[in-house]
Amino acid sequence: MTTTTLPYEKLTVLENFGHSLHAQAYLYKPTSAEQIEQTFKLAKQHGLKVTARGAGRSYNDAALNGGGLVMDLSAMNKVLSWNAETGIITAQPGLTLEGLWHVVLPHSWWPPVVSGTMTTTLGGCLSSNIHGKNNFRMGPIGEHVLEFSAILPTGAQITCSPQKNADLFYSMISGLGMLGVFTSITLQMKKVQSGLLEVRGWSVPNLKAHLQSLADNAPQADYTVGWLDAIAGGNSLGRGQIHVARYLHSDEDPNPRETLKVKNQMLPANIMGFPKSLLYHFMTPFRLIPLWGMVNTAKYIMGMHGELFRQSHAAFHFLLDYVPHWELAYGRGGLIQYQSFLPKETAYDTWSEILKISQKRGLQSHLGVTKRHRPDRFLLSHAVDGFSLALDFRVTNANRARMAQMLQEFDKIVVDAGGRFYFAKNSETTAATTRRFLGADAVERFKALKQRTDPYELLESDLYRRIFG
Amino acid sequence: MPEPKFRPATPLQPRKRAIVVGASSGIGAALARKLAREGYLVALLARREKHLKTLCQEINKTSGETRACYYVHDVTNYPAIPDLLQHIVNDLGGLDLFIYNTGIQNMVRLDEFNFAADRETLEINTMGALAWLNPVAAMFHALKAGHIVGISSVAGDRGRVGAPAYNTSKAALTTYLEALRNRLTRRGVTVLTVKPGFVETDLLHVAGPRRMFWLITADQAANGIWNAIKNHKQTVYVPGQWALLMLVIRHIPSIIFRKLSF
Repeated sequence: MTTTTLPYEKLTVLENFGHSLHAQAYLYKPTSAEQIEQTFKLAKQHGLKVTARGAGRSYNDAALNGGGLVMDLSAMNKVLSWNAETGIITAQPGLTLEGLWHVVLPHSWWPPVVSGTMTTTLGGCLSSNIHGKNNFRMGPIGEHVLEFSAILPTGAQITCSPQKNADLFYSMISGLGMLGVFTSITLQMKKVQSGLLEVRGWSVPNLKAHLQSLADNAPQADYTVGWLDAIAGGNSLGRGQIHVARYLHSDEDPNPRETLKVKNQMLPANIMGFPKSLLYHFMTPFRLIPLWGMVNTAKYIMGMHGELFRQSHAAFHFLLDYVPHWELAYGRGGLIQYQSFLPKETAYDTWSEILKISQKRGLQSHLGVTKRHRPDRFLLSHAVDGFSLALDFRVTNANRARMAQMLQEFDKIVVDAGGRFYFAKNSETTAATTRRFLGADAVERFKALKQRTDPYELLESDLYRRIFG
Repeated sequence: MPEPKFRPATPLQPRKRAIVVGASSGIGAALARKLAREGYLVALLARREKHLKTLCQEINKTSGETRACYYVHDVTNYPAIPDLLQHIVNDLGGLDLFIYNTGIQNMVRLDEFNFAADRETLEINTMGALAWLNPVAAMFHALKAGHIVGISSVAGDRGRVGAPAYNTSKAALTTYLEALRNRLTRRGVTVLTVKPGFVETDLLHVAGPRRMFWLITADQAANGIWNAIKNHKQTVYVPGQWALLMLVIRHIPSIIFRKLSF
């Protein structure tokens, strides 16, 4: 027991991305490895748990630590070295993907894997081992990490690569920040010849065609992604739109020097003349399912003729950044995301069942996004040789209990079908479910590594307590 | 007790967390049971470990999951309180509601003048409350949220012949809570002053007057207090009819009041 408590002015309430959870914590913002170590010492001294936080863009409780200590690493956002010849960059963990591509794109490089928002930090991206619309080709971001340095709760500083400390390399990436805190990250960028992508889009009439399109187009495409209308039922169950994109070759872009400029990548500040910072207010009425169903139908019909166009990298990838604060349109209860990863053999039956259940209970999702995946060798991997479907659900006081019940049923259906979950998204997955899909062996191996790097059990998040508690 | 393992809050199964100081019996124990039934995680504090342990086990059994934990604590151990609060909040995963219920009443005869007894009453009922309310208020002030409940008493409304120190301790608590409310309302924090009348508790058995009326059980008191919490009330008499009676009693001129026998 110490005689002084942590200063109350450090107390704050933190939220997740979907505004569906909040938790109080003592917030510290270290700016160096020494300060990270100090924060660990402080936590140990006070008997508190610590969670590392980047941009706070997880949909769940990954960066929350109720009643404990949170270290916000967003101030550690420097680029430590950048080689425009080799495309190798070393940066601190608080650097955002936005900061990253601003540095590399003018030299004809692009991050090999990006999330749907560019506000995420590298530390967060590695901890969750994010994937992009090219997961089937490029794997998760961890496969492009050449090396990282980290500080462990013991105060030890380590360097890991696929060759050196490989067990920690493959577990700290995907390790949810529970083994140590990244201090520098070295990534290999991907060479691009143009600032533009060629995008082809078309509508697909049902789930079978939807998954078939994703699978068939993956071998030729650099990126594929599907939008799924989760409201349409009957013969149209699982209908949607597929978008595939490929990098342009050097001879296809007449002026790559221009298209590679950061200013020509930026998302427009106005949409149809309207400032997009205010746009989410006008989306609010559409959170009602019947109205949203009409929007879905319009979108489906408009895509029926197919389209072919060129789009900047940023505009193609960072859909979530188009309308700032779009997540507020879901109202006070916020939103949650339910993403399941299924082997290609069971995806169709499983999602048919899930979509039907949600429609029958009047708990439809507003937005479904599908992707093609392949497995990877990281310890807490979420990927499979198959597909993923991410469903956004609006949370209200009235639907909470029924939704909780439904998602527990979904979990069972998914795991029974050999499926997996992504820890930065799902918020209701229990420890028992986690053990089932990861396998008792992976869970025990992770806990053994944690025992080694964090013998005092200082690193814990609300997520960790939920899935490993 | 060992570190409690609570099911974490999720967007679809949110949790609220409460601390009840003075939870081993009476109104505090009844409030703890009530809060757990309403889905709260509750930290139980008191001196008597045996009582706390039994109550904790009972609550967790009835709830079908871990919703209570306990900490053996003497409110006059003032220096330990800020750290203990930080520790409990870490165990609970946050704090939404703080209830100070601890209170004693030392009997003094009408011809007895006993500083030691009076001092103990003030140290537990008032200083203990202040020792807790300060760090809790600082925490809620920083968070711009929270709910504070102080269990005062109708006895704080006047100084009676039979219980000078008890009256003083509750009057001081009432005034302190009012000041705290005025300081914290602008920060989004609710402060509720509860003034129970006669409630069937240990305290009443020791120090209750011979003639009693409107006697209620601790459970009834807890229900009344819960309604006041739920409705964000500022001050509440439990049961409600005391509000009218005390309005009258508060206005009895001293010249008459000193001639009355209560």
